[in-house]
Amino acid sequence: MLVKKTNILAEPGKQEIVITREFDAPRELVFKAFTDPTLIPQWWGPRSLSTQVDTMDVRPGGQWRFLNRDAKGNEYAFHGVYHEVRAPERIIDTFEFEGLPETGHVTLETMKLEALPGGRTKLIAQSVFQSVADRDGMLQSDMEEGVNETYDRLAELLKKL
Amino acid sequence: MALADPTRRNILVILANNGELAATAIYQQFPVSPQAVSQHLKVLREAHLVEMEKRAQQRLYRLNPQTLSQFEAWVQHMQQRWSERFDALDTVLESEKKKGVV
Repeated sequence: MLVKKTNILAEPGKQEIVITREFDAPRELVFKAFTDPTLIPQWWGPRSLSTQVDTMDVRPGGQWRFLNRDAKGNEYAFHGVYHEVRAPERIIDTFEFEGLPETGHVTLETMKLEALPGGRTKLIAQSVFQSVADRDGMLQSDMEEGVNETYDRLAELLKKL
Repeated sequence: MALADPTRRNILVILANNGELAATAIYQQFPVSPQAVSQHLKVLREAHLVEMEKRAQQRLYRLNPQTLSQFEAWVQHMQQRWSERFDALDTVLESEKKKGVV
């Protein structure tokens, strides 16, 4: 069994994140997992949240909207538009988290699937943000699970040190 | 001062190297009693240097990314989240393979 390490490249000062991961399945199948609305809920969200597909029109110009829900019933919604859907090798779409204080912080996502020997697939997913601040803010809010307390906490820490 | 004590500094180093550890795993690294280590963890939490998350029966500790090596910690967390997601995807792919859809 090979180690399936998820590699995340997020260089300081840049406005992109690149995620790579190999899968022990042919790319047709990986492509299906990304484009079949019945499969998305089985893997898309974090394990602690349930995922519901609200809209998923997988074709250029088609919209998608997914909901993550926690045990308390809080909802986190994400949506975007498919720009290109080329089976089984590439999907390009936009991505926006609806929970931000203002709209318009959109990410451009390019997902490439490369066929590897032995029926394996390499996924390369690039997300390009509008600014470095947007990217870092996303990483941060991701960690805070939507609650942005950065400056409060920093201020508290500075008082203590 | 949360950082004044050598045990507490060691806890931070261990967490920096391991990403996330259950309280029981941290206790095993020190010759002192679990209660003593637990007190140190409490001090670190109150100073927002570490975070604790209860998952199943475990208390999991990790560095607070706000304060320590922010960037690496972010990436590490993302990595964990995406690994989790992709592990789930592996399961989906295995069951699809068995169905022989493709």
